[in-house]
Amino acid sequence: MADESTSTTTVNQSQPKPAWIKLNTGGMIELGGCWTIGAAERLDKELTVIHDGTSTKYIFNLSGLERLDTAGAWLIYRTRKSLESGDTEVVLEGVKPEYGILLDEVAANDQTPPPLPHANQLLEWVAHTGEMTLDALARARDFLGFFGLVLLTLSRSVSHPARLRIVPMIHHMEKVGLNALPIVGLISFLIGVVIAYQGASQMKQFGAEVFVVNLIAVSILREIGILLAAIVIAGRSASAFTAQIGAMKVNEEIDAMRTLGLDPIEVLVLPRLLALVLAMPLLAFFADMIGLLGGGLMTWIVLDIRPDQFIERLSDAVSLWSFWIGIIKAPFFAVIIALVGCYEGFQVGGSAESVGHMTSRSVVESIFLVIVADAIFSIFFQLAGV
Amino acid sequence: MTGDAVIKVEDLHTGFGDHLVHDGLNLEVRKGEVLGVVGGSGTGKSVLLHCIIGLKKPWSGCIEVLGQRVLDLEPPERSALEARWGVLFQDGALFSSLTVAQNIQVPLKEHLNLNQRLMDEIAMIKIGLVGLPPEAGRLYPAELSGGMRKRAGLARALALDPEILFLDEPTSGLDPIGAARFDALIERLRKTLDFTVFMVTHDLDSLNAICDRIAVLADKRVVVIGDMKQMLNERHPWVLEYFHGPRARSAGLLKPGR
Repeated sequence: MADESTSTTTVNQSQPKPAWIKLNTGGMIELGGCWTIGAAERLDKELTVIHDGTSTKYIFNLSGLERLDTAGAWLIYRTRKSLESGDTEVVLEGVKPEYGILLDEVAANDQTPPPLPHANQLLEWVAHTGEMTLDALARARDFLGFFGLVLLTLSRSVSHPARLRIVPMIHHMEKVGLNALPIVGLISFLIGVVIAYQGASQMKQFGAEVFVVNLIAVSILREIGILLAAIVIAGRSASAFTAQIGAMKVNEEIDAMRTLGLDPIEVLVLPRLLALVLAMPLLAFFADMIGLLGGGLMTWIVLDIRPDQFIERLSDAVSLWSFWIGIIKAPFFAVIIALVGCYEGFQVGGSAESVGHMTSRSVVESIFLVIVADAIFSIFFQLAGV
Repeated sequence: MTGDAVIKVEDLHTGFGDHLVHDGLNLEVRKGEVLGVVGGSGTGKSVLLHCIIGLKKPWSGCIEVLGQRVLDLEPPERSALEARWGVLFQDGALFSSLTVAQNIQVPLKEHLNLNQRLMDEIAMIKIGLVGLPPEAGRLYPAELSGGMRKRAGLARALALDPEILFLDEPTSGLDPIGAARFDALIERLRKTLDFTVFMVTHDLDSLNAICDRIAVLADKRVVVIGDMKQMLNERHPWVLEYFHGPRARSAGLLKPGR
C-alpha cells in the first residue's frame, strides 16, 4: 500500500484503521486494517462466520492490511487450515513480502504439544499416595543419616575443643535466645492469664477456687511453658536456620566451604545446635516464671488470692519434679528444632522458590516433631511415676 | 533503512547516593536498527536500560520512547506503552511458579482479554519462534537449561509482538555455539517481526554479527556511537583497547596485518 511507509515512519501520530473483514459474494473475502494482537479476540469470533458459508473456493485478499503481527497471521493461517481441512480451496492474494515471511513462520510453528498421558484418576491417586509415602520414608532415613553425621561431627569436635566455634555459638544464642525473650514472655504471660481465668470460672462452681493454683502450676510447669517456648522457637529459629543455610546453598557458598576444607556441619550446624540446646532450657525457665506470674496476677484479681498465699499454695501443690520435667524436655526439643531447621536448609536446591518451600516445611515439621516428642515424654514420665 | 528515533535519551543524569553514574548522557535509537551498548563493568549500561524501561528514576534528563516521555506518564499510559516493548532480563527472569507457556501468557492476560484457546495457540507459536520444542511449554523454569531459559524469556518478551526489544546481556552465560545460535535467532526474528533492538552486551561476536550500530559508554556518557568500521577507527583509549584487544582479534574483527 502506498501509505504503508508514512504510517510506519510517524510512529506515534498515525491512526491506523482497526481490523476489518468484508465478505463478498463468490467466496471473495477482503481483510484490512491492523491485524494485531489487540484485535485478536474480536477477529477470532468474526472469522467463525466464514465457516458457515457454502462456497467451495475462498479467495482471501490481504492487500488492505496495514499491520500484521504473529497473532493476526496465526488467525489467518488457522482459518485457512480449517477451511482446507473441509475440502475447500483457499487462495491468498495481495500478500506483501513481509507478511509472507510472517505467515510462513507461523505455519512452520504450528505444532500442537503432545497430549498429556491421561491415566485412570483412582490409579493415579493411589500411585501418588504411594510415592508420597516412599518419599516420606526416604526423607526420614535421610534425616536420621543427617542426625548421625551431626553426632559424629560433634564427637570429633568435643575431642578437639579448639575446633568448637564459640563466637558464632554466642552470636546464635543471642539471636535464638535473648532476642526471643519478649515474644516468649508475652505469650506465656497471656496463656497464664487465660488458664487462671478459665480455671477460676470452672472451679468456682465447686467452691474449689484455691485449686486454680494447682491447675496453673502443674499445667504451666510440666507442659505449657516449655511447649510454648519450643513452638515459638520452632517458628522463629527453625525457619531462620533453613532460610540462612538454604540461601547459602543457592549461592553455592556451601560448595565453596567444602572446597576450602571447611566442614559445613561443623561451621553451620554445630554452633546453631549447641546455641539452641543451651538457650532452650533458659527460655523454658523464663516462660515458666512469666506464665506463673500471669496466672498469679489473674488469681489475685479474680479470686482475691494474694501473692504470698499463691506462693505458699504453689509449694504445696507441686513438687520440684514438676518443674524439672518441663526443663528436662527443653534440650531434646532444642535438638529437634535445630536439626530439622538445618537439615531442611541443606535440602534446598537451586531456586529461590525452594528456599521458601523448605522454610515452611521446616517449621511444620519441627512443631510436629516437638509435639510428638512431648507426647512420648508424657507417657514415659507416666510410666516412671513422676 | 532507518527512520525516526524510537528511543531518545537527552542529558540524562543518574546515580546512587552520591555516586554519579550518567553525567549528561545522550543517545538515540533509530527505528528498525539493532543497537549494541557496550562499556566496562560499572559504566552504567544496565542502569541506562533500567532508566529507559522505567525501573529506575533518573535524577534529571529526558527519556522519550516511541514518542512519549516515559518519566511523565500516568499509570494507564505507562501500561499501554509497556505493552509496546519487551524486555529479556539476564537470566530470563521467568516466574518460577509458572510453566513456560503460562509465563508467555502473563503479558497477554495483563494487557488483553483473549480466550484461553487463543492464548494457548499464541504461546505455542512463540515457543516455536524462539526455537524451543513444543514440550517445553509445560515445563517449569527450574527444569530448563540456561540457554532454554533465555529462549523462554525471549518468548515472553515477544508475547505482545513488541515494537522495541530490550536485551540485557542476551548471550552471557551461553557457550559460544549457543550464543551464535541466539544471535542468529534475534536476527531472524527481527526480519520476521520487524522490531527495534536495544541490546546491552559484552559479546564482541554478537556486536559484529547482528548490531547495526554500537554505542560505547565510558566517562559517564556515550563517547561514541556508530557502526563497526567507525569503532575500529576510533581513538578513544577504552574503545581502542576494547576493539583492538586480543579478544577482538580472536573474534575476527581485525584483519591480520593491520
